[in-house]
This record gives sequence, C-alpha cells and structure tokens, in this order.
Amino acid sequence: MKITDLKINEIIKPTFWKVVSVIIVIMGLFSTYSRFSKGLGLTTNLHDSVPWGLWIGFDFIGVGLAAAGFTIAATVHIFHIHKYEPLVRPAILTAFLGYSVVVCLLIVDLGRPEHFWHPLIMWNVHSVMFEITWCLICYTTVLVLEFAPVVLEKFKIEAPVKILKIISIPVVIAGVIFSTLHQSSFGSLYLIVPGKLHPLWYSSLLPVHFYISCIAAGLSMIIFESYLIARAFTKEDGFSHTGLKIEILSGASFGVLIALIVGFLLKMYDFVDNGKLYLLTIPSTETYLFYLEIIIGTLVPIFLLSYKNLIEDKKWIYITSVCVISGLVLNRLNVSITGLASSSGVDYFPSFDEISITMMLVVLAMFAFRVIAKNFTLFVSDDSENLVNNKTPAASKQIILSERYE
Amino acid sequence: MLNENGILFDVTLCVGCGACYDACKEVNNLPETNDDYLKDHLSGNTYTVVEEYDDMYARKLCMHCNDPACASVCLVGAITKSSTGAVVYDADKCIGCRYCMQACPHGVPRYEWGTTQPRIRKCSLCDDRVKAGKLPACVEVCPTEASMYGKMDQLIEVAKNRLKNNPDKYYQHIYGLEEAGGGHVLVISPVPFEQLGYVSKLPSEPMPDLTMKAMEKIPSVAVGGGIFLSAMFWLTKRKNELAKVKKSTNGK
Repeated sequence: MKITDLKINEIIKPTFWKVVSVIIVIMGLFSTYSRFSKGLGLTTNLHDSVPWGLWIGFDFIGVGLAAAGFTIAATVHIFHIHKYEPLVRPAILTAFLGYSVVVCLLIVDLGRPEHFWHPLIMWNVHSVMFEITWCLICYTTVLVLEFAPVVLEKFKIEAPVKILKIISIPVVIAGVIFSTLHQSSFGSLYLIVPGKLHPLWYSSLLPVHFYISCIAAGLSMIIFESYLIARAFTKEDGFSHTGLKIEILSGASFGVLIALIVGFLLKMYDFVDNGKLYLLTIPSTETYLFYLEIIIGTLVPIFLLSYKNLIEDKKWIYITSVCVISGLVLNRLNVSITGLASSSGVDYFPSFDEISITMMLVVLAMFAFRVIAKNFTLFVSDDSENLVNNKTPAASKQIILSERYE
Repeated sequence: MLNENGILFDVTLCVGCGACYDACKEVNNLPETNDDYLKDHLSGNTYTVVEEYDDMYARKLCMHCNDPACASVCLVGAITKSSTGAVVYDADKCIGCRYCMQACPHGVPRYEWGTTQPRIRKCSLCDDRVKAGKLPACVEVCPTEASMYGKMDQLIEVAKNRLKNNPDKYYQHIYGLEEAGGGHVLVISPVPFEQLGYVSKLPSEPMPDLTMKAMEKIPSVAVGGGIFLSAMFWLTKRKNELAKVKKSTNGK
C-alpha cells in the first residue's frame, strides 16, 4: 500500500475515538508547553516531600509492560521455539514504543531537560540511575536494530538487512541482558530507601520481584494487544488472518502462569523470611492496596489460567491478561507513589498537566502502533519452519494486515 | 574521616536565638522565607532551621554523611564529598532527576520547584568559607557555642566527655555518629532524638551499601547471562537440526 492509496475521507472521518484522541493530544501539547515554560512547581503536584510522581511511576509501568520485547525475542531467536514467531515483531514494536514513551516522560520529568545528555559524559558508576540510563540507551538501540529489517524490507533496501541478519543473534543476546539488568534495576532504585518505602513493598529482593513481574506482565501485554488486533483487523472470529493461533497465545499464557507462580512463591518466601506476615493483618490503606494488587494481578490470573479449558479460550486469556496488566500497574504505582505516601506525610495526586502529558504520550504511542501495524508487515507466520517442512505452504504466506483491513 | 571537619550541635546549649538561621541566609544570599524563624522549615531558600520542642531547640541541616546516599545515587556525580568532609553540589552537572531527594535518609535536599532552571538546595557546610580559612557562618555567629566546628575526632571526644561527665543531663547517644553510616554533623541532647524530630531508627550501615549488594551482581549477571544465552542458542539449534534429520530419515 502506498501513501497515495490512503483515502483522505477515511482519515478525516470523525469517529468517537479519533475525536477523543485529538482532544487528548491538544491538551497534552498545551500542558507540555506550560511545563517547559513555567517549570515543575507550577505544573505538577510534586514538591520537596514527593520528588517523584506519576511520570516516574508511569515509566516503571511502561518499561514493565514492554518486557515482551526481550522475552519473546529470546524464546524465538535464542531458544528456537519458532511457534512464537508471529509475536516477535508486535513485541518488539510494543517495546520500542513503550520505551519511547518512557524516554519522553523521563525528559519531561527532568528538572533540567537541557542537561539530559550529561550521563553520556559524566559518570557515576555507583548509581543505579546511571546503570538504568545506559541500559535504556543500549536497549533502545537494540530495539531499533531488531525492528529495522521490518522497515527496510518495506522499502526494499536489502544491503543493511544482510548485515543486520549477521549480527542479529548477538544483538538479541545483548538485548536480553540489558533488559534483565534494567528491569531489575528499577526495583533496585528503591533499595536505598528502607525507611521510606512501606515494608509491604520494601524488600532486598525488590529487583527480583520487578524482574519476574515484568515477564508476566510483558507477555500479558502482547496477549492483550493480539486480541485487540485480531478483533480490529479480522472480521471473522479468530486469529487466522494474522497468523496468530490460539495455541500461541495459550502457550504465552502458560508462560505468564509460570512467572506469576514463581513471583508469588518468592513474595511468600520474602514475607516469611523477613517476618513480615503480620503486616497483612494490619488494616491500612497500604494493606488494602497490597491485597488488591496481589488478588487482581496474581491470584485471580493463577486461578483462571490453571483451568485447561480457560487457558484455551481466547476470551478468558484476554480477561486474564487485563488482570495481570492491572496488577503490574498497581504494583508499580504502589512502589513509586502509595508506598512512600505515609513516610512523606503528604497525599499526592497528579496534577492535570501531569495526567494530560502522560495521556498524550500514550495516545501517540497507540497511534504509532496502529499506523505501523497497518503499513508494515508486522505479523509474519512461521515461515522458517515451513520452508523446511514445505507441507503447509498456505500458512507460510506473509499476511499484510493493511490489505485485510482496507 | 577523622581529619575531616564537622559540626557538633548541643541541644542543651542552644537558646533558640536564630543567629545561625540568619547568618546562613546572609552568606548564601537566601531571601527571607518566614517572619518567625522558629516556624520555618527547610526549603529551596532555607538550608538550616531551628525548631522548638518544649523549651528545647533543635537545628536541622544536612548531616554531611560519611558515605552519602545522595552522592551515591547521583548518576552524573553532581553531589560529591569535599576534602573538608562537606557534601557539596554542582548545579552545572545536575540534570534534575531528584533521586538524591528520594534517597536521602534524613530527607534534607530541597528543590527550586518554582523556576525553569531548578537546582538542588542544601547546606554545604560553608565549604567555600572553610577552604578560605573561615568558620561556617552558623558556627561563627553562635553566641553559646551550641554549634561547634572542628576536626571530627575532637568533636567526638568532646561529645563523649559531655555525655560521660553529665549522665543526668544528656540522653546517652550521639546522634549522627552511626546513623546511616555516620556523618559530619553530630547532635547531643537531653531527650531521645525522635522527640526532637530527628529521623530515628536509621540503620548503622551506610545506605549506599544496600544498593551495592544488588549492583555488584551486575557483572556476573551480564557475563553469566551472555554465556548461558549463547549456550542455549547453540544447544536448541543443534537439537532442532537433529530432530529434523531424524524426521527426514524416518520419512524415508
């Protein structure tokens, strides 16, 4: 499909979501302007007792939900489980867009955004933040390299694709390592505040908790997206047109189940080992939020995914993925905002500008995903295996979503 | 550390006159922030305060930790430990991530929220004055020697002697000697320190150690992970190849 093929009428035809999106983006642009022209104090509800707010909390969420970029890439390219091939590109694109949102929010949040390049030349290797910054830079580069073939393919530029193919495995391995390091390091950020972060969340195992939960939530995010994409791009009931098969999503859900169980057992061990079980019986806002997070994000999904007929039903998989994603959102907000509220002695609720800038970036990322999904070959079925088998040539055909959609 | 300098603040000697508060404002060119200095609090324009607790007065200022959490977390190294023992800040390096504010166990660093070029603001133990051979402004003006400046080992000695010689007058603890790994501001008082608004129950190990326990695992995760993933890549590829060979021979 060429750009000229786009129907102007189709683009400007107002629909409910288009109108809402445009309003959100316009409000976000105004907020961005006032944040940079007036400073943080006037546009956010941050202050000396609450130096980090929604933007930092949302960064944790964005990075956590983008985790499928490395788990799926590792599953397919390193562990050679080619069944999951159709998920690779959506996962990498999700990760790339997620990280773009995170980087933008980080820069918006910086008090001196014009100094954002300082970590490149001013180093303090003892800082977790330093490690995170470098991992973010390196991993975003990895994501660009991983997604570049999709773009180059589209414009039929073949020379760089060959080079990218040669270096693809080291790139994937590097991506997994960078991800492992910074996903866990977002938890390490809080290791230095034992007196401030509520003991329900503070733990010397915070980095491990963050790592395991991001694996479950990242996969759930891909399942969630796949469901929505399949619904949007195929009129028929099912995933056939996208090359996505229910067993792929069931398999990914099984991965979610394993990660959730491991994460839950680790949390139990943590509570027993540190004698924190009594905290669960103290009635307080924190305790209720903790229960909410564990029940919605861990126990309900474990329960649902344990049933064989539910894990094979795409509606239930979708519901479960929403639960796991909500659990991660709650967890990251609890660690970054609510868990610190009682020690700071101040109630924090994000300001209008904080919310509208965040929403604008999310809407822009969703829009970018949609445009890319429509114009590039995002879903590739398992051709590597089919080339060998040569028994099911129909399934090996690349499916271009845009054609299906128009 | 013992040759570095610090402040000993004795609550029993402080009369709450606020001279330290005014002197600090003056040498740092800070605007007036409150009509009643006893009701003021640390802010972007106030580096030290005198707080009143039942006829007792407690100063609050940066504790100038031996192993400062703020300096360890700063990704660009904008906060450093000066040779004098002071914890100092370089606004030209700072990117404004505010992790230092989050990390400080004493909750000291403040921010200039109202400007578009904000800086972290806190006591610098008058590092420039000390390097020029002068006393920190707050110490220089203190009429009762409630704030004392000197070499750390001498200050510790003085504090210990006061506690020993007047066991009825002092609560037997030197605040700041071990809290969060200890620092260069020591406080002695007649009552337990939480009654004077000091952050109590701080661990005696330096806060950066908590982070280092995780950070030191990074090289092994990176190297171990690389080897593991490479091995898995090779093994699973080989396994798939063998499976295919087996399949094709079976087919024939």
